Amino acid sequence: MTGIVIVGAGLGGLRTAESARAAGYQGPITIVGEESHLPYNRPPLSKEALSTGVAVDDLHFRRKPSVDDVTWHLGAPAIGSDLVARTVTLADGTVLSFQALVAATGIRPRRLPIDGPQAGCIVLRTADDALQLRERLIPGAQVVILGAGFIGCEVAATAIKLGCTVHVVAIDTEPMIRPLGAELGSAMRVRHEHHGVHFHLGRFVTGFVGDEQITRVTVDDGTELAADVVVEAVGSVANVEWLAGNGLDLSDGLLVDDAMAVIDAPCPMFAVGDIARHPNAWFPGPARRIEHWNMPTETGKRAGQSLAAVLSGAPMDTAAFAAMPSFWSDQYSHKLQSFGMPGLADHITVVAGSPDGPCIAEYRRDGQLVGVVGIDMTAELAPYRKQLMGQQ
Amino acid sequence: MKVTVDMDKCQHYGQCCFEAPDVFELDADGKLQYVADVAEERRADVESAADVCPMQAIVVE
Ligand SMILES: Cc1cc2nc3c(=O)[nH]c(=O)nc-3n(C[C@H](O)[C@H](O)[C@H](O)COP(=O)(O)OP(=O)(O)OC[C@H]3O[C@@H](n4cnc5c(N)ncnc54)[C@H](O)[C@@H]3O)c2cc1C
Ligand code: SF4
Repeated sequence: MTGIVIVGAGLGGLRTAESARAAGYQGPITIVGEESHLPYNRPPLSKEALSTGVAVDDLHFRRKPSVDDVTWHLGAPAIGSDLVARTVTLADGTVLSFQALVAATGIRPRRLPIDGPQAGCIVLRTADDALQLRERLIPGAQVVILGAGFIGCEVAATAIKLGCTVHVVAIDTEPMIRPLGAELGSAMRVRHEHHGVHFHLGRFVTGFVGDEQITRVTVDDGTELAADVVVEAVGSVANVEWLAGNGLDLSDGLLVDDAMAVIDAPCPMFAVGDIARHPNAWFPGPARRIEHWNMPTETGKRAGQSLAAVLSGAPMDTAAFAAMPSFWSDQYSHKLQSFGMPGLADHITVVAGSPDGPCIAEYRRDGQLVGVVGIDMTAELAPYRKQLMGQQ
Repeated sequence: MKVTVDMDKCQHYGQCCFEAPDVFELDADGKLQYVADVAEERRADVESAADVCPMQAIVVE
């Protein structure tokens, strides 16, 4: 047995290892990663690193000295697992056995089945993706972005900054409508349009045209857009295939309890980060996956404590898990910041400023505050965050 | 313990302020102000602040 095996060498994997050490676990830890890089910070990949040049070395997380003795097995993904035999199989043929397993494999971009050539269509999740995209964002390049979520909008802003022509095609009626709602979404659209972005909203792409390389994109209203590069940013899929065949529910990441222990797992097993569908005492309703940067740290901390307990034979802390989802986004000179789960709201009110300038909006569900979003008003959000933590 | 924030990296999001409000603060202009020399007993919270900084701008020595 080789102690703890963590599959996924991203932020969640790293924080889980650090937390297990901080909680007193001294045994072996192996971290398996599909990418050849040590854990690095992804958000800059659509923002500053995409505009100034992608250097993974500058994006690596600082690792605490307590994890200096971790064995990193990088560049080979896990392709299978047997949770009863307690083994994980990697693509390079390695079979690792474990006492306790952590799933920290995150998500990958969803791909749409679109007819035509695929060369020139890029997704953005990894540093290697960002490098590929950066090479194509040259002044004058015609960029077509599929999807108007945060990543699509951030790439649009960066591409404009780099002198590209940008078209965004999305089925939604406003950019970032699910997290922001229509009013703030529309306010952000106006800012993008002011910088020259062309939106095709309520629309979908019907095909890619070109010989080997995509040169044009066709839209369902008959529009044809010239394209030097297409960026597909239309949602995500959880990386759970390596867990197939173990009888777990893999329909939407991995369902965990308050201790981050995977429900129905036949061995000590935990999930963290984007992949973990977890309860949250501060927000009503079912367990949810939250694809925000601060959640791997929150869930990883708890999972590490649970691991240290389980492996020393102590009971796990089963207190309710509570964490404040927090998100930020940089677009042009604008800073968006959100706390809570604005996407749950049935009623949105602008409570400070106005959407065409700096503003704050409250997001309520059944009268209860469930989220807050600020545009260019960061410091003023603190009291709302406090309110979100205090009321439930 | 010595705390340094790389002000070229810092985007003034104030995430650190929630973890260690006595060390990190956004001023009236929304700019980060912080204490550079911090008592050792505050290490856990200051390290949490460094962990949650989206720009990874905080170095704790
Ligand atoms: C371009 C971009 C911009 C973003 N911007 C923001 C932002 O502004 N604000 C915000 O809050 N969040 C943002 N996010 C989201 C944030 O980065 C994620 O929530 C965070 O990275 C999740 O961490 P994780 O450890 O769960 O997963 P990941 O960081 O994805 O790490 C998982 C790791 O597991 C590896 N892996 C996958 N499958 C396997 C396998 N079978 N075997 C071994 N390894 C495997 C992957 O290669 C990856 O390295 C952004 C994400 C992206 C991609
Ligand atoms: S969390 Fe980081 S980026 Fe945000 S204010 Fe603190 S140091 Fe600056």
